[in-house]
Amino acid sequence: MSETATEREVMEYDVIIVGAGPAGLSCAIRLKQLQPDLMVAVIEKSAEIGAHILSGAVIEPAPLDELLPGWRDNPPPICVAVEKDEFSYLTSTGKRKLLTPPQQNNHGNFIVSLGALCQWLAPQAEDLGVDIFPGYAAAGIHFTADGSVGGVIIGDMGVSKAGEHKDTYMQGIEIHAPLTILAEGCRGHLSKQLIKKFSLDANSDPQTYAIGLKELWRVKPENCQPGKVQHSIGWPLDKNTYGGSFIYHLDKDRLAVGFVCALDYEDPEFKPFEAFQQFKNHPSIKPLLEGGEILSAGSRALIEGGEQSLPKLEMPGALLIGDAAGLMNVPKIKGTHQAIKSGMLAASHVVKNRDGKGFNAALRDSDIMAELHKVRNIRPGFNKGLWRGLITAVIETVTAGKLPRTLKNHADWSAMKKLSEYEASDRHWGTRELPPRDRLASVYFAATEHDEDQPVHLQILEPDICVSRCVEEYDNPCTRFCPANVYEMVEDMGNEIVGEGGGEGGEMQKRLQINSANCVHCKTCDIKDPYQIINWVTPEGGSGPNYQNL
Amino acid sequence: MSRTLIIAEHDGQTLNPSTWKCATCATAIGNEVDVVVLGSGIASIASDAATISGVNKVIAIDADHLKNPLAVNDAAEVVAIADNYSHILGSSTTFGRDLMPYIAAKLGVNQVTDISEVEGPYQFKRPIYAGNAIIDVSAPDNLTLVATVRVASWKAAGSDGSSEVENRDASAAASSHTRFVGVKSGGGERPDLQTAAKVVSGGRALGSKENFELVYSLADVMGAGAGASRAAVDAGYCPNEMQVGQTGKIISPDLYMAFGISGAIQHITGIKDAGTIVAVNKDGEAPIFEIADIGLVGDLFTVIPELKALLA
Amino acid sequence: MKILVGIKRVVDYNVRIRVKSDGSGIDTDGVKMSINPFDEIALEEALRIREAGNAEEVIVVSLGGNECQQQLRTGLAMGADRAIQIDTDEPLQPLAIAGAFLKIVEKEQPGLVILGKQAIDGDNSQTGQMLAALWDRPQATFASELVLNGETATVTREVDAGLETIEVDLPAVITVDLRLNVPRFVKLPDIMKAKRKPLDVIALSDLGVTTDNQLKTNSYAPPPVRQKGIMVEDAAQLVAELKTRGLV
Repeated sequence: MSETATEREVMEYDVIIVGAGPAGLSCAIRLKQLQPDLMVAVIEKSAEIGAHILSGAVIEPAPLDELLPGWRDNPPPICVAVEKDEFSYLTSTGKRKLLTPPQQNNHGNFIVSLGALCQWLAPQAEDLGVDIFPGYAAAGIHFTADGSVGGVIIGDMGVSKAGEHKDTYMQGIEIHAPLTILAEGCRGHLSKQLIKKFSLDANSDPQTYAIGLKELWRVKPENCQPGKVQHSIGWPLDKNTYGGSFIYHLDKDRLAVGFVCALDYEDPEFKPFEAFQQFKNHPSIKPLLEGGEILSAGSRALIEGGEQSLPKLEMPGALLIGDAAGLMNVPKIKGTHQAIKSGMLAASHVVKNRDGKGFNAALRDSDIMAELHKVRNIRPGFNKGLWRGLITAVIETVTAGKLPRTLKNHADWSAMKKLSEYEASDRHWGTRELPPRDRLASVYFAATEHDEDQPVHLQILEPDICVSRCVEEYDNPCTRFCPANVYEMVEDMGNEIVGEGGGEGGEMQKRLQINSANCVHCKTCDIKDPYQIINWVTPEGGSGPNYQNL
Repeated sequence: MSRTLIIAEHDGQTLNPSTWKCATCATAIGNEVDVVVLGSGIASIASDAATISGVNKVIAIDADHLKNPLAVNDAAEVVAIADNYSHILGSSTTFGRDLMPYIAAKLGVNQVTDISEVEGPYQFKRPIYAGNAIIDVSAPDNLTLVATVRVASWKAAGSDGSSEVENRDASAAASSHTRFVGVKSGGGERPDLQTAAKVVSGGRALGSKENFELVYSLADVMGAGAGASRAAVDAGYCPNEMQVGQTGKIISPDLYMAFGISGAIQHITGIKDAGTIVAVNKDGEAPIFEIADIGLVGDLFTVIPELKALLA
Repeated sequence: MKILVGIKRVVDYNVRIRVKSDGSGIDTDGVKMSINPFDEIALEEALRIREAGNAEEVIVVSLGGNECQQQLRTGLAMGADRAIQIDTDEPLQPLAIAGAFLKIVEKEQPGLVILGKQAIDGDNSQTGQMLAALWDRPQATFASELVLNGETATVTREVDAGLETIEVDLPAVITVDLRLNVPRFVKLPDIMKAKRKPLDVIALSDLGVTTDNQLKTNSYAPPPVRQKGIMVEDAAQLVAELKTRGLV
């Protein structure tokens, strides 16, 4: 955030919501439903609502029924009722169907595109009088004199890579509001700052995350059974890495195909993108996709810490909702219904109390938390491996989470083992033929765009570490866990123009090259970097992926 | 009456290759073809036009005020003789794009832009969405067909024609409201990357700013423009203006030679309409070989000097 | 003087467009729509002329259904004073569009009409030239520089040969190319102000413009896929092959 000599222009609202995802939009809608004269604004960094959001997604509709009764007569554009659930265990050559866990019973649920859902929610919010501003990034927090959150600072636009004002320079305004609601989703950058500043996680376990990768395919008609929901565990992951796949059958011969890997994996050489691509080439999966084409692709981190890692959700002047707080129900692999409920709860709390104070207690007393409480031990159970995890899951399911124990979560960044300590084993991965051939080809389908002449939004806080310690200890894992090929270790003669840790020329040297224009805003690097020196900040508003129907 | 008129393009000295390509398209349409040359001191251009294969007659309209092409003046001449033609064609160059719609509106008809294929005398294929889709369109067959011909889609006609040249006076006086002031050529020693007929391009494999001299020197030997992949630009080996690809320039040269470029889809997007793509890369598995018309698995540091020697 | 700027609602340039599998059109299901990038440049130029004191009013005009009001409001947020929507659900081609523009021109009597050189969907590059022809006024296409001199304008145009300069008497039609300017960002408060600026809706049918004899689109297809060609062994073979093909 630039320090500015000139005063920024100010707009004022009663409530400012950062992020136009399901939590943010539901909150905005509910606020206006309960108190129509409230001035509510939603700021969204993507150029178009829905462009930065993606998820499987199978959603529980109950909160939508409450928020927008009658929505079923006018559903979002992609909305397919679930007909069939399938849960399997994969080996490198085979597939064995398992009993569908009760949390995976999706009767009554809908397969949607979360991006399309948000695109469908936004005009409904605008009709109620919410001001929605896509294309503007909330880049910083405006603090009032007493140190409480007083609103946001919109990022400057038209700044060159070197930090100078281009001809198009436009200073970001400030939006002041007595209440700021952070709905940035998983690992939101402002949420990260505020959690640290107000020590909101002082009494919580470390947060833990996963990376989700998704492709939307158009396949041969015989390969699509609308309403079919498929999940798998096992191969291509090893027994120490939590995660699995999903295939959701939509309409119009489309399949939503994806893979989730928990980010507490240990293997420094592990490649989440490659795991996804290997899955697609499994003998039972490949036939579904052959002859098809990729329509859209993208990646986003998921938040898995549940109850134990949930920070305090309120601070002076602001609240956290949705996945900015961390409400996803991991065994259900669903967070959208929780996000919508939290948005609605925040709205009703704020209208009733004319204040955000007490929201933290209100949420912790609500069924949102009860749901997290019930499944709290399932995810951490897998920290001891796949089989122990499955046993724990069965026990916790059968006892409905009532056992008087709460397993702890651990941080992801410190879970990675050093090269010298990790014993690699055969993953039974092979050559593969389905597109995309590599991450660069995949990024093409994310339609991600950043004006290349802007400051690099991936801040490396101690760049020397990349070429000195990290290369030795972990072999630069950022070059592998980023799904968009942003990070590359390049060996060349060095260059005065670019490169972190590069030399001044004369001899071949390794340096970190950051292809920031490829970034899809997934936040994985900010989470998984073992030295925690990567700080993701928001690039110029409107930059980033342009997801379609993801 | 089925007769086609081609509006010739020239720079005062020579006929532009685009006119030769229009002739091929006109032949595909099938009618008798006339060419009109508008300008001042155009006798030799007109006789050149008379050698284009398949041309029936060249009409030369020589007048001082036609020396530098202005749509308003050129259109007046064409409109005066338009009744004799069922089809009027120009090229998709800036000259044709500027002129033809003006003519079409004066004649009260819609225009077909960028004909890439002829399906019938009034049915054509043309690209839209920057070539990401091709449409098949039909024009009314009872009205004059005005169109531009997509230069990149057509080969030049042969030069074994021998039609007569008919000299005529201009029909209209100079327009008063538009005046030519001057023209400056692109500048720089090398052809502009965006419009060059040949382009030599380098990737990150060049390894340094200094090594890019190999690209520049080969381009100079060939009279080509110089380009680069995004990876090379991001690594700081060459300036941003040289970037070819989805976020750089989208070009359609007749010949594109890629050295040390892997062929990521983002780069291919920038050259998908190139005439002939040549790829030289050490990695035989590089995706660029899947779409290159001519591929050579080899070390660019050896190949480029060899090419320079052979082409000098 | 007044400046009229035409803006078109098009599929955003970032979108990977896809042809419908039955060849009947482009799949625009849920895609992002924006102002045609060249039209933004046109509007930016008009705004700069007004800010320099050489025009009093910038009017943005768009043809289409109510959806195009979104783009007109963006134009107003960028700084245009007034917007006109020519309401029609019919897909229009440049001749009819130019004809509709002419009616607005006759009513508003602008000193300049500034348009983008082409729309990135149809890639026709015709509307400006057709308007100039119907209006019987000068055209200056593919402008990369525009200098006003009272009753005339000096325009530098990007042509294949380089840069051409012409002088035109006003009123005139200018179509703009990429290098003319870089459009400004929209300030948030201006989005709010734009909601209160005038936006008039005129039915196309009220303008008396004919839409007969438009070109008919029979089908849509994706572009041909480039296939793998031949491999050569060394530089000598490569040169021989290039010579055979007449490329060197």
